Amino acid sequence: MDINLLSVLTGLIVLGATSGVLGVFALLRRKALLSDTLAHAALPGVCIAYLVGGKQLGWLLTGAFISGLLGIGAVSVITHRTRLKEDAALALTLSVFFGFGIVLLTGIQRWGDGYQSGLDRFLFGQAAALLPHEVVYLTLACLFILAIVAVLFKEFALLCFDRDYARVIGLPVRLLDALLMGLIALIVVLGLQGAGALLMVALMITPAAAARLCTHRLSLIVGLAALFGGLSAVGGVLMSAFYGRLPTGPVMVLTASALFLGVFLFRHLMQGERQRQRPSLSPLERGQGEGK
Amino acid sequence: MIDWQSTLWVLLTGGLVATSCALVGCWLLLRRMALLGDAISHAVLPGIVLAFWLTGSRTSLPMLLGAGAVGLLCTAIIQWLSQKRFIQSDAAIGVTFTAFFALGVLLISRYSGQVDLDLDCVLYGEIAYVPWDLWILGERVLGPRAVWTLGMGTVIVLLFTTGLYKELLASTFDPVYAQVAGIPTRTVYYLLMAVVALVVVASFEVVGAILVLAFLVVPPATALLISRRLPMMILMSIAFGWLAVLLGYAAAHLLDVSITGSMATVSGLLFALTLMATGLRARPYSSGGEGIGKS
Amino acid sequence: MPLEVRNLTVVYDGKPAIHNITLTVQAGILTGIVGPNGAGKSTLLKAILGLVPRASGEVWLDGRPLNKPRGEVAYVPQRGSVEWDFPANVLDVVLMGTYARLPLGRRPGRAEREWAMECLRQVGLDTLWRRQIGELSGGQQQRVFLARALAQDAPVYLLDEPLAGVDAATEGVIIEQLRRLRDSGRIVLMVHHDLQTVRDCFDEVVLLNEHLIAAGRVDAVMTRENLQRTYGGKLVFLQDMD
Repeated sequence: MDINLLSVLTGLIVLGATSGVLGVFALLRRKALLSDTLAHAALPGVCIAYLVGGKQLGWLLTGAFISGLLGIGAVSVITHRTRLKEDAALALTLSVFFGFGIVLLTGIQRWGDGYQSGLDRFLFGQAAALLPHEVVYLTLACLFILAIVAVLFKEFALLCFDRDYARVIGLPVRLLDALLMGLIALIVVLGLQGAGALLMVALMITPAAAARLCTHRLSLIVGLAALFGGLSAVGGVLMSAFYGRLPTGPVMVLTASALFLGVFLFRHLMQGERQRQRPSLSPLERGQGEGK
Repeated sequence: MIDWQSTLWVLLTGGLVATSCALVGCWLLLRRMALLGDAISHAVLPGIVLAFWLTGSRTSLPMLLGAGAVGLLCTAIIQWLSQKRFIQSDAAIGVTFTAFFALGVLLISRYSGQVDLDLDCVLYGEIAYVPWDLWILGERVLGPRAVWTLGMGTVIVLLFTTGLYKELLASTFDPVYAQVAGIPTRTVYYLLMAVVALVVVASFEVVGAILVLAFLVVPPATALLISRRLPMMILMSIAFGWLAVLLGYAAAHLLDVSITGSMATVSGLLFALTLMATGLRARPYSSGGEGIGKS
Repeated sequence: MPLEVRNLTVVYDGKPAIHNITLTVQAGILTGIVGPNGAGKSTLLKAILGLVPRASGEVWLDGRPLNKPRGEVAYVPQRGSVEWDFPANVLDVVLMGTYARLPLGRRPGRAEREWAMECLRQVGLDTLWRRQIGELSGGQQQRVFLARALAQDAPVYLLDEPLAGVDAATEGVIIEQLRRLRDSGRIVLMVHHDLQTVRDCFDEVVLLNEHLIAAGRVDAVMTRENLQRTYGGKLVFLQDMD
């Protein structure tokens, strides 16, 4: 097998698995769409980093990370200090930061040497352009993230299921939350370059949602999410490699969605016999969107 | 030096986007469905591509219908998924819109030969081209196409908002009570979603799929900070929207940057300024942060 | 005129929440529903209103089946699905009670506003009509909901623990209004939280614990034996009930 293909495959599998794992916690903390805001909020950071320090990848990622964290900070301030709810804060931060990013980008294109098609790459990634040494860094970073999750697994679990109890037994709840958010920001930013914003959002949400449908046990959910994330990468890379002109990112998203659909239908059919209760108003109609 | 006629067309177009988005955005905001607006603006992409592919043209009507239909389909799927156990509404949104959007991107890149659709234009819009894209009927030049499309869209939204005002208000404020009082909450919900899809699709050509969200959410959010009653909130959000359009355009012209990005940024700045100015008064009443009881 | 429930069963998760409930609620009478936690009291109300699906059974009002309410029932729920940060004042909320009788497209006019103010007067909140709803106390919020229901001017009133956790003044206002509704010949059915005060509040009572234990005049129904059956023997009687 081609070394490039292999390295791209490895990189994306690692990315997919790690996103799946973190995605489970994000989902359980009802912050699934935070990844959407993070991915879009990172854009101005990338542009500013470019303007200040040039095209070096690590530098750009740092800019993206800081920008993402500022986005999370903005969401937090808006949610806790105004009448606005979390969904509004997320949508607001997403669009404003992104709009600002576009302003910077067009500015760069006008004045600078043209970080051309930078935006397309930002949104959709250029998985094919993942170089082997970048894959190594990516893998190391992901292993680091997974190690932290493994060590703090019980604590994160408690954070998701019973925050008050966690506080009562003395866990630094705010710190743990911040750490979790930081890890999520990190993986989203890491994935932006290779996979793009769209894919990172999908990888954070879809495998975790599919895994959640399968079981109640957290360790199993996490494992399954990692598996689904990895499978999405495999499916995406292989299909785009064999069918030529298909961009890897979107195919990965669709693979993940197909897996979700499969799991969903399977469960749906299994429950077909039992009577299912449905309230007459869905959560959306009841005005209980995910905002808090 | 300044081409005033073009400038006025651009500003008018932006203003129409701001108006129609603010009118529906207020309802989305109060129903905690801001992110559904995000989802719809991404999900319409495959509809746009399909409409273009089937009709081979960029005229508005097939595009509007195709994209609108797909937008509604997306909403229906999200709605259906949300009612299932173990699927939260935010997960339903995320799973669905990323799939739709990915499909759209795939279609564009796969059939980029046959489909003369510029991805950048779809995503970020090209408001500057509005004055040159004219609607020509026979011999007569009727003005920029976008102005007509958005104008009609705005009229529809206005009729909807005023005609069904009390139904919207009751079902937004207390959906359970509204249902018991005999208000057709489900119908109202779907009509609202249809109108949102309409607004999104009509606006995307001008401001792009991603920045529509800015117009849907930011001016209403700014207005909510300082409004005590809904009618005031709606008027203020339209005002803030127009302000963002005017100032954003001016800034973009000065700095030679993206016009729509500039408008979004300015609306964000207006929000930040209002937030700082109101301080205490903007604090939530439900201080626990839980808001709606988990009944 | 009465509200009739026939063999009503509601199922949650494959298990019945309420089972084969049959009862008749008359007009001009204050009827209370009591039972332990999880007995299905709220579920019963919601099933009557069509807010939760009925596994079996029917509800009849005035000799006609009641499946989806169209404003003939006013509902004051336990915790509204309400957003207190909503930009609205007290009058705005009470006005919503009048929507049930306005056709599509018609906005409430002067007559409706005056009627809403009158309802606010009944609950003692007319001076606060301009207040933002988020600035109200718990008891005041409850009174606003009651005023909204009064504004609906419906023949049937269903309330879910309206007296739970309110201050004494609010409690007095609510009871007074409920008696007024009763005296004007309406059907008033209410889930009540406090066994001790049943005798003072109600004319008739329904004992519910997933099944209907008993229903009828308070004195006849509130026997030691019935209460033991309802509360599963967990009650301690401090005085002789018989």
